[in-house]
Amino acid sequence: MTGFVATAPIASPHAHSGGRVTGVMGKVMLALAPATLYGFWLYGWPAIHLWVITILFSLLGEAFCLRLMQRRAMPVLLDGSAALTGWLLALSLPPWAPWWLGAVGGLFATVIAKQVFGGLGQNLFNPAMVARVALLISFPVPMTQMVAALPLGSAAAPDFVQGLQITLAGMPNYDAVASASLLGHAKTELSRGIDLVQTLAGANMPALSFIGARTGSLGETSALLIAAGGIALMWLRIITWHIPVAMLLGIALPALIGHAIDPARYLGAGAHLLSGAAMLGAFFIATDYVTSPNTRLGQLVFAFGCGFLTWVIRTYGGYPEGVAFAVLLMNALTPAIDRLIKPRIYGRDRKGRPMEPLEEKA
Amino acid sequence: MGLMEKIFALLEHGPGEHWGVHPDDRKRPAADAPVRILPLPERLHVPLQQHIGAAARPIVLVGQKVLKGQLLAEAQGVTSANIHASTSGTITAIGEITAPHPSGLPCAAITITADGEDRWIETEPAVDPFSLAPKDIAARIAAAGVVGLGGATFPSALKLGLGLRAKIHTLILNGGECEPYLSCDDRLMRDFAAEIVDGVRIMLHATGAQKAQIGIEDNKPEAIAAMTTAARKYAEITVCPVPARYPMGSEKHLFSALTGQEVPADGRTTDLGALVHNVGTAWAVHEALRNNRPLVERIVTVNGSAIAFPGNIRVPVGALVEDVLAYASLKEEPARLVMGGPMMGSLLPHTRVPVVKGSSGILALTAAEAAAYDPGPCIRCSSCVRACPVGLLPLEMSARIATSDLNGAVDLGLKDCIACGCCSFVCPSHIPLVHYFNHAKGELAAQGRTQLRNEAAKRLAVARAERIERDTREKAEAAARRKAERMAQKAAEAAAAAAAGNTTASEVTT
Repeated sequence: MTGFVATAPIASPHAHSGGRVTGVMGKVMLALAPATLYGFWLYGWPAIHLWVITILFSLLGEAFCLRLMQRRAMPVLLDGSAALTGWLLALSLPPWAPWWLGAVGGLFATVIAKQVFGGLGQNLFNPAMVARVALLISFPVPMTQMVAALPLGSAAAPDFVQGLQITLAGMPNYDAVASASLLGHAKTELSRGIDLVQTLAGANMPALSFIGARTGSLGETSALLIAAGGIALMWLRIITWHIPVAMLLGIALPALIGHAIDPARYLGAGAHLLSGAAMLGAFFIATDYVTSPNTRLGQLVFAFGCGFLTWVIRTYGGYPEGVAFAVLLMNALTPAIDRLIKPRIYGRDRKGRPMEPLEEKA
Repeated sequence: MGLMEKIFALLEHGPGEHWGVHPDDRKRPAADAPVRILPLPERLHVPLQQHIGAAARPIVLVGQKVLKGQLLAEAQGVTSANIHASTSGTITAIGEITAPHPSGLPCAAITITADGEDRWIETEPAVDPFSLAPKDIAARIAAAGVVGLGGATFPSALKLGLGLRAKIHTLILNGGECEPYLSCDDRLMRDFAAEIVDGVRIMLHATGAQKAQIGIEDNKPEAIAAMTTAARKYAEITVCPVPARYPMGSEKHLFSALTGQEVPADGRTTDLGALVHNVGTAWAVHEALRNNRPLVERIVTVNGSAIAFPGNIRVPVGALVEDVLAYASLKEEPARLVMGGPMMGSLLPHTRVPVVKGSSGILALTAAEAAAYDPGPCIRCSSCVRACPVGLLPLEMSARIATSDLNGAVDLGLKDCIACGCCSFVCPSHIPLVHYFNHAKGELAAQGRTQLRNEAAKRLAVARAERIERDTREKAEAAARRKAERMAQKAAEAAAAAAAGNTTASEVTT
């Protein structure tokens, strides 16, 4: 016997897969961790400080907006989406950038690019990329000032306090070696009229290595670890192969063709895929649920567009790197792609008309 | 499907099947426990509507003594079903009982106070069903009150008649039982395989179909083995294991899994020559034709972490959920009571609710099993799009419905939704998607009814206006006619009078 009385009508189903938004965000962060830790080692304390500051200000921006709307901030902050946005943004900044770059970027990402649209799930554009592009356009100098890696533990690496000084006071007299990324270097040399064959053979050519001991933002350093994180996300069923493969193909195919036609003018597919934010973009940026199409076919179109536009911007544009612009441009097309590409409904054709009854099978 | 479509499908989902979800099935140990028989409760409350269609009309009186299997209420109209006494005893009330529905609203029911003898009504000896015409088999199935036991409870005789008229060639038996927790069909197939196969043969005879395929999910190897053994003698009956995947038990999806064809939208499997029945229905058909026994009891799975002795129990129709729970013993207070499976079953308002012909399970779920989270914002992860077995866009449809744009949801395919609940099951934001769709369908149906009513009222109003106009016109015409007649008469009289006067005058003048 039981005195059971239902307190409120609850609709079926009475079972759930157990997946939660916080879990999704947590797994993405976990997948980002190896590449991030490697970047920390490579660029030392300033990079760690900048990472912390960017995430803190992203959370602050989110909390501020929620308070403004008189909602409780804590449950929303705990979904992890704001922290992930800050994390991705931090990975796309120069590791030794001044603190205010991370702070302004973090606030911009969650306030302007996310909460103004209505918060989680409502934003049309990827918040981290909106913030990165806003910073790049507003503060081009600190956004492109790269230093050569000074791994933690090496003699020249700044310690914790020096790291704070670099981040907070902006590289005062620190003996850092200014450096350029491969894409930046190639673009500069090309614009000086030196063709790529010479540039790439040059002695001061930035290293291009798969593991990633090279100049760039945190998320650009190790293509290998980023890709490994991405593959872990596939294994965890957070993402599928569609977006990463299509985006990398979108970069690689035109690069292959261009390089075959004129190696002096066009970088090869390997250089394109392994440098810049190609891997980060393919596995972590373009795969953002909110701003990518919701069918697999749509995602293929979207991601190929992201890749192709990245190549176009890198090759013909004014900026050495184009992932952020390419993703934002394709984000704008996402609603159109979703409108045009829909799943086929059971018993109907792609246009939604009922199927013709098939000829009887014997 | 064209080549293009195949390439699209491959790009989208990879090779093989892709629809649906794989919930934790939790069928064992309940499925492996032998079926127990519920001790006869003191009172049974037999609802008059346990099927799709019109409620049955009672033909017994309060105080009347009835025997088990005696007709209590007869089908009213075409889509309806007979209701029989599930034990012997006295009719003590014809009143109301809470319906097994989350609303907790009452439904009409006949209360039998059991005499404890559980004595069957005398019946004439059964005849060989294969000597009967299909029409007569259907009549006997209808008389026995057999309805679809897969959950939809559509009167079975009607469906068999439909199959006969549609000249079907294949009878598909649904032994999918894809809902987690439930094992009543599994148990039935293990324990009554021969009876089910006999029922299938009778149904083949009744529909004129040449072959039968029994689809069973591959998570029930014992049932597959038992059914295969029982069907071995009959070449026309094959047992077909299908992959365990929810909602494999959906009629159209089982049909597709077995035949590789898709049922066109707005169509039925009968359009493609196949009729789908539940295995439980086949058992009920066997009982009705071979033993002259109407459908008065069924096997109910009692499961969930709050149940001390989960298993399958033979329960007479009309027994209360509280009787069943008392027999299966609760080890803790359940957080949620569900009738049916966890995916599509309905919440029970309380335990004083009767078991009906369509009750496949009673689940007493603990808070840990049925954790309820507040819904959060949609993150457009499109898990629901991948899970949807129909190929809909649940996230887009729910966004439309949230802003009351029901037509927008219909344009996205709302009417193709089979309400299986896969979308809600996978949603990481715990959005009650399928609840939105059911709400929208109900709302659209209500709008449709209102529109029909309005049109009918409009037609009546127009007819009335026409009638009034006609009446007025006819009256006016009649009045005019009478006036004209009167005038003519007067004129005639005047003429006559004048003629008479003239005569007098002339006489005078002459």
